[in-house]
Amino acid sequence: MRSQFLASEVAIGLRRNLTMTFALIITLGLSLAMFGSALLIRKQVDLMKDEWYDKVEVSMFLDKSVTQDQRLTLKESLEAHPEIQQVFYESSADALENAKEQFRDQPDLLASIGPDVLPESFRVKLKDPAKFEDVASEYRGAPGVFEVKDQREFFRPLFRILDVFRRAAFLGAGVALIAASLLIFNTVRVSAFTRRRETGIMRLVGASNLSIQLPFLVEGALAGVIGALFAAGLLAGGKTLFIDNLLSKVITFTPFVVWRDVWAVVGVVFPVGVGLAVLLSLLTLRKYLRV
Amino acid sequence: MITLDNVSKHYPNTARPALSDVTVSIDKGEFVFLVGSSGSGKSTFLRLLLKEEAPTSGTVHVAGKDLAKLSHWKVPALRRQIGCVFQDFRLLPNKTVFQNVAFALQVIGKHRHTIEKVVPEVLDLVGLQGKGGRLPDELSGGEQQRVAIARAFVNKPMILIADEPTGNLDPSTSVGIMKLLDRINRTGTTVVMATHDAVIVDSMRRRVVELDHGKVVRDQTRGVYGYSK
Repeated sequence: MRSQFLASEVAIGLRRNLTMTFALIITLGLSLAMFGSALLIRKQVDLMKDEWYDKVEVSMFLDKSVTQDQRLTLKESLEAHPEIQQVFYESSADALENAKEQFRDQPDLLASIGPDVLPESFRVKLKDPAKFEDVASEYRGAPGVFEVKDQREFFRPLFRILDVFRRAAFLGAGVALIAASLLIFNTVRVSAFTRRRETGIMRLVGASNLSIQLPFLVEGALAGVIGALFAAGLLAGGKTLFIDNLLSKVITFTPFVVWRDVWAVVGVVFPVGVGLAVLLSLLTLRKYLRV
Repeated sequence: MITLDNVSKHYPNTARPALSDVTVSIDKGEFVFLVGSSGSGKSTFLRLLLKEEAPTSGTVHVAGKDLAKLSHWKVPALRRQIGCVFQDFRLLPNKTVFQNVAFALQVIGKHRHTIEKVVPEVLDLVGLQGKGGRLPDELSGGEQQRVAIARAFVNKPMILIADEPTGNLDPSTSVGIMKLLDRINRTGTTVVMATHDAVIVDSMRRRVVELDHGKVVRDQTRGVYGYSK
């Protein structure tokens, strides 16, 4: 089949089925945008984990009765430990300074803290934060050690919430993509039905199966491309409006996904959209276009 | 050209076979009328030739090929050697006469300059010169059937199958269509025509194969329509 003829057949097909094609492109675009958003949310959660988990440390609080010898032994041991990247010492006075900084909005709370209430501690940064238990168990009960605490414990509930959020996003995207798939299926079916006269003649005069199906497949691919472009536009718009102009101005303590992440997601959304449209068209044609 | 050997066809959920032990041989260049009442198996006979249906038993040979052994993707090549004309014309209403005929060539990938040369020639042959720009709605029934014949013949098939081609036409128009089919037959094309039209069959005096309840009850060279009506 000649390309010019193919193009005119595709144009006729799209025009004859215009409202359906339009609905298909919008639904496909929206569901692909939801899918892309879910990918971006996952990326965002990963970014926050990296950022926060890396900053937080293991705190090794010391007994009030700790001796200078014990303090030195611990410090040397920590510094020599293969799993430990960095060790800082924080005296009671340093701890108080930090607390004053942290709770400056709550003077009542500060007033109740005397200079010796906060224990001195070693702030330990692990090479691999996941190995916390291994390291902690080595030092628990060592002379002079009062308690070993993983600061990441504080963030666990937050990330649990973010995980739920992320899962909900993927679930929503999945449902939307199923809806889009059903719409593709139906659009192609109607398209095959409205053109049964043409396809019947094509069959009779001996057109190959491929040339009978090709106009439908090109239509599906075209709807997929336009839908994916629409989704890319929505994702870029969302990034500009929601992240650049809103969230990043209000929330400053965390990094946000950057444009490179958005383009990477578009790079996934595009083949998924076009592939889905073509694959479903093919499956529908096998069922509804007898050749 | 066409050979059916002991062909039977049972459709599922029907008690009686559509064709029962049919053996017919049609030579190259023959003109054959297929007659019989509705439900006698004429349509099934024609569908078998196009491999639209497969026989339940027996073998069908068309253009030297055993259709049972013809793989699925070679069926289009078979159909390019068979032109088809129907009672209801089956033209595309939104395409002109020229475009309707050209469509048959476009979908099998013919070049544009071939199409522009061949289509006017075949329109001349069927007597539609100067009407290439008309839409089917603007033509009479006889003229529409001529377009359909032009479309079936434009690729110079070896066989032309006509299923009640005069069924929707008045007698004088039908005569014109039969003259056209006769002219096509004289170019060496084998013509198989299913019909109810006794006047036409009687006047043409060609071979007649009569089907009744799926069986060949008569095969006559230079036959007439029959006695049953």
